[in-house]
Amino acid sequence: MTAFIQYTLQGLALGGFYALAALGLAVIFGVLGVVNFSHGACFMLGAVGAAVLLDSTGLGFWWALPIMTIAMFLFGVLMERLLVQWLLRLDPLYNFLLTFGLTLLLVDVVKRKYGVSGLPYPLPAGLQGRFTMGSVSLSTYQVFAAVFSIVVCLAVWLVLTKTRVGMIVRASTEDAERSRALGINVSRWVTPVFGFGIALAGLAGVLRAPTGSVNADMGSFFIIILFAVVVIGGLGSILGAVVAGFLVGLVEAYGQGYAGRFSQVFIFMLMALVVLVRPSGLFGREEAAS
Amino acid sequence: MTPVAGEVLEVAGLSAWYGEARVLDDVDLRVAPGEVVTLVGRNGAGKTTLLRSVMGLHRQVRGTVTWAGQDLGKMSADRRAKSGIGWVPDDRGIYATLSVQENLLLPPVTSKADAWSLEQVYEQFPVLHERRDFPGTKLSGGEQQMLAIARVLRTGSRLLLLDEPSEGLAPVIVQQIGDIIRQIKDQGISVLLVEQNVKFASTVADRHYLLAQGRVVESLDNDSFQSRTSELLEYLGM
Repeated sequence: MTAFIQYTLQGLALGGFYALAALGLAVIFGVLGVVNFSHGACFMLGAVGAAVLLDSTGLGFWWALPIMTIAMFLFGVLMERLLVQWLLRLDPLYNFLLTFGLTLLLVDVVKRKYGVSGLPYPLPAGLQGRFTMGSVSLSTYQVFAAVFSIVVCLAVWLVLTKTRVGMIVRASTEDAERSRALGINVSRWVTPVFGFGIALAGLAGVLRAPTGSVNADMGSFFIIILFAVVVIGGLGSILGAVVAGFLVGLVEAYGQGYAGRFSQVFIFMLMALVVLVRPSGLFGREEAAS
Repeated sequence: MTPVAGEVLEVAGLSAWYGEARVLDDVDLRVAPGEVVTLVGRNGAGKTTLLRSVMGLHRQVRGTVTWAGQDLGKMSADRRAKSGIGWVPDDRGIYATLSVQENLLLPPVTSKADAWSLEQVYEQFPVLHERRDFPGTKLSGGEQQMLAIARVLRTGSRLLLLDEPSEGLAPVIVQQIGDIIRQIKDQGISVLLVEQNVKFASTVADRHYLLAQGRVVESLDNDSFQSRTSELLEYLGM
């Protein structure tokens, strides 16, 4: 029982990273129709940025959280304005290639500058100890990461469901062309939504930094899991991204706990199962309209 | 509540393509203020493409579309909507991720004087009030059609583009939709209606354009349309 609770919490913490990043991927795909292959690289940049910030200025985790989130938002805005927007009218494949190429570029720039061995990142002050409750003992940081990402997901959810901007984003995520025909200037939301999605990936990266090695390749594994999350949740579904994010985190943690190094196999078994039973994902819409 | 003099939709020499395939060929048509005009034709005659071209959703076009004295030219779809054109697509276009009420509130109000208030909408369509918190697509087909029409009435649109509103609906619902269209007309709003249901078209419209293979082959007033119903039915293969 103790082990189960421990794995569950680990899973929620892990799922939090996936949910945050997948949420960003979902709104970007919905509003722009772009599958952002560089999402993993942006996640990595968030983590590496936090490490560099600490190394060069001494600003720790609590500073990195807001600074890197804002920096990654600006990075996303720049990326959309300078590159992505020019390909939006063309075949979606072009932006797929662009963001994939950008990933290779970003990863290699980081490798060249900071090496491949990884940068150290300490646990933030105040979250170093263990959290003990009865026979269950958990890393305080893991509890924090799980709670924090759930709170951020809830906050994003509230904005999306309770505000007019959120309503427009949801509608445009479902069908951007139709929203235009109803008088919504979707183009106005394209840049902020792209920046917002990248910011969420960066935030997930900062959150991940203290739990393991910060290195140029951390995004490459991440993006593979992330696409599994998106397939399970249903591409373009906001709710699906969050639910599948946590689901995959839990599956990975239980797998790690009970089956050792086969843990990631279970994620892809889950994905295969979902695709067999519901090809459009748990919350995806069936493409039967036409 | 009367038609406004300058509010004319004028389509001149409109041709449209999908890649190499020409789907509209030099179409001229006109909808006068407060007029209900139908486009009748078989599947694939280009009716939906015509509406989409007027809305600015289909961009591979040549020719001019003028609305209320404004050349729509390269104007984006959202600006066309804001100039008072309300679109009701053939699949009704109801958002699954928005509640019924959110579906109504999403499009911005374009003309305060003409816009129906939420109360007015709910009074006219009590079922939408009852189900206001349901996801939009949980409504029945007929209710979704009402919602799609109510949604553009709430913005105060002065020209409605209705794409086969009667399709797939029970006769009693079709009758209700006919009542709504007549009421819209009484409000001085113009309607361009795509229909395959010839009988229904003749109960609501002032004039009709017959579309075949992307061309207007005939333009009829409602009297001659009614007297030739059986011939037209045969022509449409129905």
